[in-house]
Amino acid sequence: MSSPVRRPFTTAFHALILVLLLWLVLYPNAYILVQSFIGAGALTFAHYIEFFGSASEREALWNSLWISGWSVVLSGLIGVPLAFLFYRFDFPGRKVFAALASLPVLLPPLVGVISFLFLYGESGILSRSLQRWFGLREPLFSFRGAGAILFVHAYTMYVYFYMFVSAGLKRLDYTLVEAARSLGASSSRAFLRVTLPQLAPSLVGASLLTFMTSMASFSAPYIFGGGIRVLSLQIYNSKLNGDLEMAMVETVILASSSILVLLLLQRYEGTSKYRSTTKGARQPVTLVSHPLKRLLAGGAGIVTVAFLLLPHLTLFLISFAKDGTWTMEILPPRYTIENYARLLSDSSFLEPILNSLQMAALATSANFVFALVAAYLIVRQQVRGRALLGSLILLPWALPGTVLGLSLASTFNQNSLWQGRILLVGTYWLLPLAYFIRHMPVVVRAVQASFEQFDPALEEAARSLGGTWIYSVRRVVLPMVLPGALAGSLLAFVTALGEFVTSIVIYTIHNRPISIEILAQLRQFNFGSAAAYSVFLIFLIGATFVVSQKYLSDIGDGAVS
Amino acid sequence: MGQPDPEQRQVVVTDSLRSGLSSRGNGMPYLELRNLTQQFGSQKALDGLNLSIEKGELVSLLGPSGCGKTTTIRLIAGFLEPTAGTVWIDGRDVTPLPPERRRVGIVFQSYALFPHLNVFDNVGFGLRAAKVPRRQIESRVHRALELVNLPNEANRAVFELSGGEQQRVAIARAVVIEPQILLLDEPLSNLDASLRQRTRQQLRELITSLQTTTVFVTHDQEEAFALSDRIALLSKGRCQQFGTARDLYDHPANEFVARFIGRANVFTLPFAAVGGDCLCLAWPSGRELRLRKPADSARFHIQAGQSCKLLLRPEKIGFEERAGTIRLFSARLLSYRFAGAWSEWEAEGEGVRLWIAHSGASPTSDGPLAVGMTKDLWVRVEDFQVLDV
Repeated sequence: MSSPVRRPFTTAFHALILVLLLWLVLYPNAYILVQSFIGAGALTFAHYIEFFGSASEREALWNSLWISGWSVVLSGLIGVPLAFLFYRFDFPGRKVFAALASLPVLLPPLVGVISFLFLYGESGILSRSLQRWFGLREPLFSFRGAGAILFVHAYTMYVYFYMFVSAGLKRLDYTLVEAARSLGASSSRAFLRVTLPQLAPSLVGASLLTFMTSMASFSAPYIFGGGIRVLSLQIYNSKLNGDLEMAMVETVILASSSILVLLLLQRYEGTSKYRSTTKGARQPVTLVSHPLKRLLAGGAGIVTVAFLLLPHLTLFLISFAKDGTWTMEILPPRYTIENYARLLSDSSFLEPILNSLQMAALATSANFVFALVAAYLIVRQQVRGRALLGSLILLPWALPGTVLGLSLASTFNQNSLWQGRILLVGTYWLLPLAYFIRHMPVVVRAVQASFEQFDPALEEAARSLGGTWIYSVRRVVLPMVLPGALAGSLLAFVTALGEFVTSIVIYTIHNRPISIEILAQLRQFNFGSAAAYSVFLIFLIGATFVVSQKYLSDIGDGAVS
Repeated sequence: MGQPDPEQRQVVVTDSLRSGLSSRGNGMPYLELRNLTQQFGSQKALDGLNLSIEKGELVSLLGPSGCGKTTTIRLIAGFLEPTAGTVWIDGRDVTPLPPERRRVGIVFQSYALFPHLNVFDNVGFGLRAAKVPRRQIESRVHRALELVNLPNEANRAVFELSGGEQQRVAIARAVVIEPQILLLDEPLSNLDASLRQRTRQQLRELITSLQTTTVFVTHDQEEAFALSDRIALLSKGRCQQFGTARDLYDHPANEFVARFIGRANVFTLPFAAVGGDCLCLAWPSGRELRLRKPADSARFHIQAGQSCKLLLRPEKIGFEERAGTIRLFSARLLSYRFAGAWSEWEAEGEGVRLWIAHSGASPTSDGPLAVGMTKDLWVRVEDFQVLDV
């Protein structure tokens, strides 16, 4: 808009933020990119030739692509009808169903996957029930391979479609549909030619997001892959096998495909904003009045929600199972509260929780401070190079967790100050740093939204009333953005608590986080303990959502001036 | 001290608010903008604006959107650094000062009330920033709230207030710091039409009672006429004319001012002959129009072959001959618009179109007017004004 009066420290803050971003975000990834072209000290394409020459690598790339494509289709097929059902029609229980339909968000990646293992795995509750029911020797189906991955993806990622489309439906300017109808369009024609194009941004946004998440997905192929190769898993395996060059090439290819999708997403958001010019009207929700249809709609809601709740309930049940007792039975035979008691009393069980809490707190505090400064610079100061700042902050969002893990592990593996490298591998600090970088976009976005929401005139009012810059920041700016910043940070905090994908690449024995412990318990067949950890995580995440939702709605109320 | 009765308290209020302002009243400009220029990229929002405002004066900046009026008050408040030029308040160059050191109170278009603070804390914000003792803050805030007629609303949340109440809180917040200059950015634009009429009157009374030098921005000429002592009409980053409402209407400095203020018939006619104390112009039809040379004609370089811009206000044209009028020409009535006490006619004759404002109540001697009629038009020669040559 205009160039505001200079505030002190802007240049210093700007420089600091930029240096941090270049060093922690750009440099490790650029390093990997450059290294992937270097062999025996010279520039070479050898690693890429090797990648594309290897049948198994090509297969991994192809699998990643087609699984992601199908994940988009399946998630869309679930999410879009659900959004229409819950936001277009009224029937008993609609609001409850509408809220519960975003439940899969509450499952951290690994936790979601193991709940499926307990349910649909070879010795899972549902598989065994069906086997018993039909009196078979073998399970009815084997929950392995691409099918299982797609099932997990559809279950967790339909939420993107559900949320985007329901938000789109709420925004929809219904007068446009009325205009189409008055011009003689049938209701189906109005839907195809008016409603759908208006929803196109939501659909494209959800598709790209699903595709990106699916390309980056690690937990599902890791647990259920059954030997199927996908890129994100290949990176982990190559690193484990010590083939760092190949891991780098795989990283570059996976990262560039994600960044490509991100660019497409941004371009699309930039070019096609169907902003209605008028205030418009919301579509009245159609009341389903026919009793049979009401029953059907309600029934569909109940079935959907039951299916969605099943993994949470399963984890809850198994968290009370006595470790080592559940072998051939459909349901665990013996129950105990020992699993929970141990989490709090036994120091070896408590340690991963404390590790995760500590690392998440560290990373999130840094996120909080960083985001306040960065968002202020981007939104309020209109500093030069704002676009660069914004893209660097967004970059970690596009980078799959394995990519981040590998790039940090390859960059911070020696002390070489002139190269900007310090030894963090094998220390406690690499993982909190990774959490900080990974969740930077979420927190900055949240704070940025708070800044954009409040009228810049408020800050000017404070200044013209005689408040110095520091005074106006303390008394006006901070109180205004704090709720948003806290909500964003809480979200980053709980995500860091359950983080798995980056953790598995770079954790050490000293900072083993909860997710790694869950995996370890699972490997020792201590299902009860693994589930107890998972329930603990779900509970924390759920509580955070409730708290931040309340915070966010409070800001909404406050910003009415 | 005891409890003063409300009447007395009212006096105390205004006295204390005025106290900061009772320095010299020597006709020196109190707020002065010198050659103020503001460039945004390649676009000049303000282009060498000069303006001198006297102490206690109420001046409005009027102009179409994008004319630079908001930029001007943001420069006065110190939210922008001018590309060139200076801002002087009370004989002091305040251009290098940050907003918090200028003692300029501003009422924002959006009011910009702090949503996380209640009414009391909003109004007391500036006093707290200035570290005024708490007890004094309390009494001054309450006095300011009484002044704007909201004595009992101190503890309410600002978003519970109506638009008009929010505006009054914003005014109280701006005046409680006893500013040298009070700025109002489109103060009435957020109110609905019926409330606007009433608020306008209250605002004028309130500001007059404060005697603070006030600049307010508006794009509505009626508002500017009703509220201000003098009006600066801005366009394209320049001040087109600065004067009273009557000046602007009766003696517009140029075509832009003439057309912006009220309705105007502006004719561009070539000179038919030059000489003596007479301007001889020609209508497109060839018919001549003889005018007396204006007294200030020295400012025009009049030569044959040039043309001249003339202003004739619609209400100066009549359908009846009266003492001192001449027949302009006869014109065909094209359209008609009823506007209450007046009706407006669009007419065409001698190759030009023009507006005529006619008092609807008085029919002409040969019956009511109707579209399609051809009527003689009568004007007084001195009602023509030369705008430009």
